[in-house]
Amino acid sequence: MIEFKEVYKAFDDNQVLRGINLRVDQGELVSILGPSGCGKSVTLKHIIGILKADAGEVWVDGKNVGTLGRDDLQELRKRFGLLFQSAALFDSMTVKENVAFSLRMHRTMSEADIDRRVAECLEMVELSGSEALEPDELSGGMRKRVGLARAIAMSPDYILYDEPTTGLDPKTALVIGDLITRLQKQLKITSIVVTHDVKVALDISDRLALFHDGKVAAEGTPAEISSGDGVLIKQFMEGQF
Amino acid sequence: MFTKLFYFLGHRGARFFYHFYKAYGYLWAAILQLRYLHFYRRQVVDQMYRIGIGSIPLIVGLSLFTGMATSIQTAYQISGFVPKYVVGSIVLQSELLELAPTLMALVLAGRVGAGIASEIGTMKVSEQVDALESMGVDPVGYLVMPRLVAGVTMFPIVIIFAIVIAVTGGYYVASSMMGVTSADFVRGMKEAFRFKDVWVGLIKSTIYGGIITLVGSYMGMETEQGAKGVGIAATATVVTASSFILIMDYILTRSLLKFY
Repeated sequence: MIEFKEVYKAFDDNQVLRGINLRVDQGELVSILGPSGCGKSVTLKHIIGILKADAGEVWVDGKNVGTLGRDDLQELRKRFGLLFQSAALFDSMTVKENVAFSLRMHRTMSEADIDRRVAECLEMVELSGSEALEPDELSGGMRKRVGLARAIAMSPDYILYDEPTTGLDPKTALVIGDLITRLQKQLKITSIVVTHDVKVALDISDRLALFHDGKVAAEGTPAEISSGDGVLIKQFMEGQF
Repeated sequence: MFTKLFYFLGHRGARFFYHFYKAYGYLWAAILQLRYLHFYRRQVVDQMYRIGIGSIPLIVGLSLFTGMATSIQTAYQISGFVPKYVVGSIVLQSELLELAPTLMALVLAGRVGAGIASEIGTMKVSEQVDALESMGVDPVGYLVMPRLVAGVTMFPIVIIFAIVIAVTGGYYVASSMMGVTSADFVRGMKEAFRFKDVWVGLIKSTIYGGIITLVGSYMGMETEQGAKGVGIAATATVVTASSFILIMDYILTRSLLKFY
């Protein structure tokens, strides 16, 4: 379980988070929706301690992330997979080396097992046979899928998606959305998706949290969020958030 | 006018100490990561190859010219006053104590330092450094420590090559163009050679190797603002590392040679 308790974060004079309260239960897929610059990605980076809160607490499975030492934090991070907005593939490595990176670094498997695991992960994201390709030979959608294969390689308990459909055409965005849902069911993991793609968020999420002005403005299931006149979603889509 | 000048100098001074303190933090973190040296051995070997072996062709070429130039200049300066065998002494000692370690370090500040800053800086602005952290891999252990180890271990080796090539070049020019016989040149080298001078050259190059790789890594890890930031980091590395090399050159020369 992941829980944010009154989390505040500022960069110089820019107060990005102003008291975030959010809970994500085991096995859930929660999407965080909000306009650019509202602190969605910053929220995500707090979960694995890449950023530290100025005030408030972030808890993961009963551990306060802000108080963890370097080694404990490294151990915690091994239980997470993170798909970056830019995919953040290591551009000096092939697709195979990217996916195998954490497996090799953490010495969890033999080289033969690593090969098998890489092939398995690439098959899950429908990129079988792309092992030898370099990142600059991949399209935007393919890069995201390789990033996703790398994120699931260590069989994480949690996957964090940072804008998984940004920069993709609508068709590829739907493919990535389907992929996230399929992996969620297949791997039975807990996922948080940060996005401003309302359609994808409504399609794939168990619950949604709408960010506005550094806080959670609304929270609920897709049905609840879009119920009645769906005023919150309309406001968000019309740029009033 | 003076208020503005004091404000400017104070601001610059504060910034310098802020960066110095942060770079020291990276150095300390890299030293702590040495306990995982075995874990990062692939990265260390890779960097030793890139920083050390990769620099040898350039250094061999350039040191040949510095050796030849030193030889001609020395023969010209002493002509008519001092016996010619002194050319061998001066070429050897200049290369051992000063030219090979310091001049080549300035060249390597560009080749190695700027390369490190651009590589790590690009990784930083494209979230690859964050990706490392997210996978439970310490960026200082994976990126900074191997470069630092490679710098302090491989620079002295590269400088040994530089000294040998420079002295060979000096010998060739002196004997073929400056009228110094082979026997005189060798006699001069033998009379001037002190084993301690080799140590001075090696200590200097080890410290310069540390400065260049640390400054490059620090500038890379602190890169912001995309491609513009990467360019700034590379330039700042060359300027900062070169300045520190020349300042350290004075400090080291003074402290290491006063024992003679």
